[in-house]
This record gives sequence, structure tokens and C-alpha cells, in this order.
Amino acid sequence: MSENGKPKTKLLDELEKGPWPSFVTEIKKTSDVSPMCDDLLGQLELSYEEKKGHWKHGGIVGVLGYGGGVIGRYSDVPEQFPKVAHFHTLRINQPSGWFYTSDALRTLCGIWERHGSGLTNMHGSTGDIIFLGTKTDELEPTFAELTAAGFDLGGSGSCMRTPSACVGQARCEWACYDTMKLCNDVTQAYQDELHRPPFPYKFKVKCAGCPNDCVASAARADLSVIGIWKDAIQQDDAEVAKYAAAGLDIQRDVCARCPSQCMSWDGEKLAIENSDCVRCMHCINVMPKALRPGKERGAALLIGSKAPILQGALLSSVLVPFVPAEELMETIQELIKRIWEFWDEYGKNRERVGELIQRIGMPSFLDAIGLDPAPEMVSAPRDNPYIFFQNKEQN
Amino acid sequence: MTTTTSPKRITDIGPPNYEQFLPPIIKRNYGQWKYHETLAPGVLCHVAESGEKLYTVRAGSPRLLSVHTIRLFADLADKYCGGYLRFTSRNNVEFLLSDPANIEPLKQDLHKAGYPVGGANNSISNIVHTQGWVHCHSSATDASGLVKCMMDALYPYFVEEKLPAKLRIAVACCLNMCGAVHCSDIAVLGIHRKPPKIKHDVLPKICEVPTLIASCPTGAIRPATVDGKQSVEVLEEQCMYCGNCYTVCPAMPLNDPDNDGLSIWVGGKVSNARTSPKFTKLAIPFLPNNPPRWPEVVNAVTNIVEVYAHNARKFERLGEWIERVGWPRFFQLTGIEFTRYHIDDYKHAGLTFARSTHIRF
Repeated sequence: MSENGKPKTKLLDELEKGPWPSFVTEIKKTSDVSPMCDDLLGQLELSYEEKKGHWKHGGIVGVLGYGGGVIGRYSDVPEQFPKVAHFHTLRINQPSGWFYTSDALRTLCGIWERHGSGLTNMHGSTGDIIFLGTKTDELEPTFAELTAAGFDLGGSGSCMRTPSACVGQARCEWACYDTMKLCNDVTQAYQDELHRPPFPYKFKVKCAGCPNDCVASAARADLSVIGIWKDAIQQDDAEVAKYAAAGLDIQRDVCARCPSQCMSWDGEKLAIENSDCVRCMHCINVMPKALRPGKERGAALLIGSKAPILQGALLSSVLVPFVPAEELMETIQELIKRIWEFWDEYGKNRERVGELIQRIGMPSFLDAIGLDPAPEMVSAPRDNPYIFFQNKEQN
Repeated sequence: MTTTTSPKRITDIGPPNYEQFLPPIIKRNYGQWKYHETLAPGVLCHVAESGEKLYTVRAGSPRLLSVHTIRLFADLADKYCGGYLRFTSRNNVEFLLSDPANIEPLKQDLHKAGYPVGGANNSISNIVHTQGWVHCHSSATDASGLVKCMMDALYPYFVEEKLPAKLRIAVACCLNMCGAVHCSDIAVLGIHRKPPKIKHDVLPKICEVPTLIASCPTGAIRPATVDGKQSVEVLEEQCMYCGNCYTVCPAMPLNDPDNDGLSIWVGGKVSNARTSPKFTKLAIPFLPNNPPRWPEVVNAVTNIVEVYAHNARKFERLGEWIERVGWPRFFQLTGIEFTRYHIDDYKHAGLTFARSTHIRF
């Protein structure tokens, strides 16, 4: 299988061809950092030959006092590839918006070169920095160096998972609140719940600055915070005219694409009936110099999205139609407190909040967390007659 | 007797505050951005109320990065933009420049190093994906390899912005979907098709039976005595191949090279622009797992992209185009076979039945 300690990788070598940067090349060139990379390649080649994975989960590993942040991983062919017999992952909580200085990145690289494989994911699906592959006895030393450098682990298991945010007001004119600050504040406020899994299952918060939702908050967060504005779209007629002069077909490409048909164009003036606007972002996306979100900004809070496990995929749905930007943190903390209390008591093992709502019904969930029903929460009222009237409304 | 005090253990500090990582131009104009424009594929210019301009150069990466490559990015950031950079939600790296004269030299350096610039606006951005055989225990396929093969084929769509709208692709190597592929324009999903094979000989020694039974989301695992030993049995018709049992018990392997494969899903989105967020829907129920280059998957995805690019109207996402022309035409134009597996038979299946006579011929 190997030559001079380097694995033969006939199949993987095929993945070094072509214009897109190759992960195989990344692993090969890290061989000078750790011999783990050679055995990783060897085992991966075996997976490519046999068309099956060779990792086991199993075994609780972690750092002292934390219940998450490390994913235990073991080879199921350790005799063949002893250097990856243990190959654990560390999740490291990313800074909001994934901003770094070169020095911060070099610090992280140095730590991982000393204690692990030298391989990373920038970043994992939830948003964390992923340190890919180390041995059990390297976990504490890695953690000590990380915390000394100001970094901490992210979440794993049935905990508050590492929150994430889009670039927000750092670079985007559409951000309706400070996504990066909210993400950081929420992360810091729930450190205990993040590091010591207390829940029936995972709980994710994602902060998107506008309805374009660049962090897929509506698809992936139990609590989706999606920026939105309340007043009129800010409109610069001179810039609208420039877009038209430059060849944009405003009638066809802007007005006709508006989902609520709230705008009209007479060849000179764009008229927007803002009371009909659903804040979809299309016209703003097409003409960023001419149109901008309004000035009364905040966020809509949506609840319950998740990937398919266990009962099927869900998208988040509206829970609070609008919270002013300056009240967001306080509102979210109060809401989270009520949701967690209820979920903790009534949620089944491995039941996400969205599935709990499916099981008991949204009206009961609203009762439990003390929110009044609002028509913004539904696309339509129920179309079946199976109404369970509450005792207090019966004689 | 001497005592040594160990250094105080630091915990619960959370991530470093992002403010220390923001370039001065961002700190000066935080929350004060006015508009942006695209200067070239992957090159954006954000203009602040103050008139200051921030230039972003976006490059694709394989996500799985060596410390050597991260240091290369750090060196480029030092050379061209004061050491400031960030990563995107789709695993691209972005360099944040104040001096437009540095854009071209940076692009040339990135090109020389093999990291393509692009991935913004109406392009195919980087494919978000899961760990696959590189690091996952329940994967039905590899993720990084599939992404590499697809991005090689779709490379022109990354470095140019020539599609009707943006097109976002995701790969998940099993239906746990760590990559949350369920709302992408195109999703490639690894699938297992057989229940776990129980290793009765070792199960009692290495697994806790009550924990194992509790791990099954559908309650398909029951205690059983096999050859006089305590073990379990799986109600096969209830198993949905999620691998949760294998997570807690290595004696329940799910990997099955003869039956594992890939499925292709289309038409999802998360943005609210024009239409509501949508789930992806099944396009192809099964393709063979064919490493190292997965030609069947690459061809299928490329075909869908090309048919969409050729037929959709400006600004229409893949799912919006299909909704306008109808699913029969999608299957006709792509040449994909419509099968019994395309008709939903899970909960609320009737919601996807055609309940009108709006039929195109």
C-alpha cells in the first residue's frame, strides 16, 4: 500500500486534476506537519477503492468541564492506518462574520501544527473553525493554547450550537440590524448552554441581516433572526433614471418581478406603494444604487427550521413579525428563556423545537411561551374544520 | 514541601470579539454603507456614505485547507490589504482592500496559486458540503471528491457571471444533511438504501442495548435474543437509513457499497427575493456511487445547469423557472425520467399532488 511511508493514491490522484483547487493536494502538502496526513490519505484511498467509509463514532472525548466541542472519531481499520486510529475533530467558535487578521490565522495555524494534523475546514457547516484530526491526549494542550490565544470551542451535541451571522453592517448596506454584534452577544450570553449540552437536542440561532438570508437562517436555524424594515424603501429617482438609461428594463425586470405588484414605472418615474411591499429585496437587489431598505429597521423572528432528521425538513415560520433593532437582544433572550423552559419539559429526546411545534400544534406552543396569535404567522388560516375549542370558551 | 500552582484554566470565554479583526476602513464606515457594485466577477466595491470605497476580492477554496494554505492567504492579506480577510458562508475567502491598485496583482497571485476568483452574483458559488469519507462515520459517499469533480466541470460558471440568476449547489453525504442541502438550487445527497447489518457476535460486548434502542428516531430497533445472547433486531420497513444507531453502536454498520448511491434534488432557495424560500424537490432518485470522478453525477448536474441556463428568464432562480414552465417540462427538457419515487408518499403527501387542471401540452 505504501512507498517510503507515503501511501499510493492512484484514485485520489485523479482528484488533483482539473481547475478547481484540490482537497487531495491540501492533504498531501500537509504531510510535513503530521504523519497523520499520510494515513488519512491511505484510508481515504481505501474508501475510494471499496466505496465505503472507514470511520467509527463512539467514545466520549472532550476537554475537562465541557460536554461538547470535540467530535470523537476512530478508524475502523486502525491496524492498517495506526496514525489515524484516533482522529478527533475540534470545533472552534469562529469570530462573528468570519473576519480575521493574518496574525490571528497564523496563531491558529501554529497551535494546530503543534497539536494536530494541520488540516482544517474553513469553515464547518454550522460556522465553526474545524480542526480536523488529533489524538485524545492532544485535546487538553490544544484547548489550553486556544484559550490562551482568546479562542474557545464551539458547540456539539444537544446544546446551543455555535451561532453564526452574515457580514451585516460591516460591509452590507442592506443589513437591517447589527448581525455580527447580535451573534457575538448571543454567543457570549449562552456560554454555559453552548459548552454543556442541557437540551433534548440541538438549538441553532442564525443572524441574517436582510431577507436575502446569506446564512440560510430560514432553512437551518431553530431561531431565525432575519433583518427587515418597517417604513418605506429609500428611493433615489435620479439613480433609478440612470439604471433605465443604462438599459435596465425596469417594467419587465423590476416591476413585473415584484411579488406584491406594488410598483409601477411610467418610463420616467418609479412609484412604489410601500403599504403593499412584502420586503422581498428583488428591486433593491437589482438597483442597489437607487433603492435601499427603509430607515425603521429591525428583524423578524422565525421559529423551527431544520434538516430532515428526524421527522422531515422544516423551514422556519414567522413567530414575531417585527422587533426594532435596539430591542432585539432583550426580546430574543426573553423568547429563548420561554422556549427553552417549555422545550426542556415537553420536548422528547432528539426532538427539535420545530418538531415539538409540529407535534403539539403551533397554538399550544404560542400558549406555552405566552405569545398572541397573529395573521402574519400563517400563509392562510386553517382549511379543515377540526377545531378543538378550549374549555373556557364552552358553556 | 513545595507546591506548584498550575496556571488558571481558562474556559467559557467564547469567541474573540470580531471588532479586533475588522480593517480600519470597515471600522470607520460600520453601518454606514450606501451601495455596492460589481467591478468584475468576484470583485465587489462597497461605497460608504463617507465616500470611502472598500474592494472585496473573493476566491474559491476546497474548504478543507492545510495550515500552509491558510498561511498563504494570510501572506496575501499582508501584502495587499493590511492583513485583513474573511471567509464567506459558502467557504470562499475574501480579501478586503482599500487600494484598487492592488486588485489585479492580488488576482494574479491567487490565480498563480490555483485559487479562482469569482463566486458572486449570477455565478455558481462554492458548493457547501459535508465531511464524507474524509471524516464522517455515516456517509454514503465522499463529499469533497464530489465537490471537486462538479466544480471542475462547472468552473466557467464560477469565474463568470453568466447565469440568469445565482445558482447555489450543496452536497450532503447522507440524509442527516449536515450541509442542509434541502433549500439549494441543486442538491446532491448521498443515500443508503439498506438497514444496518447487525454484528450479533460483538454487539453485546461493545454496545449498550437501551442506548441503542433509544437512538432510533423511528423506533425500528427492538431488543432480541440471538443465539442465546442479548442483541437487537431492526424492523426493516421502519428504517430510514439515518445511521443514528451506528453513531452509538459500531456493531450496526450501515455502509453498503452495492446499494449506497446519490440522489439529485432541485429548485430550493433560502432567499425571499421574489418568491418564498423553497425546499428542493427530487429530480433523480438514484445514481451510482462512482469515485473518483463520479461521471454520472457530474453529467446529471451539468445537464440541469445547462438546461436552466438556456431556458430560464433573467432573474429566475432554478426553482422559479421550473414553477413557471411546470415540472413536466422540466423532465422533458432535461431528459430525466419521472418515476414512482418522484411522487411523495410520506406525511402530507397530498400537498404535492396536482389539484388543478392547469396542464400544459
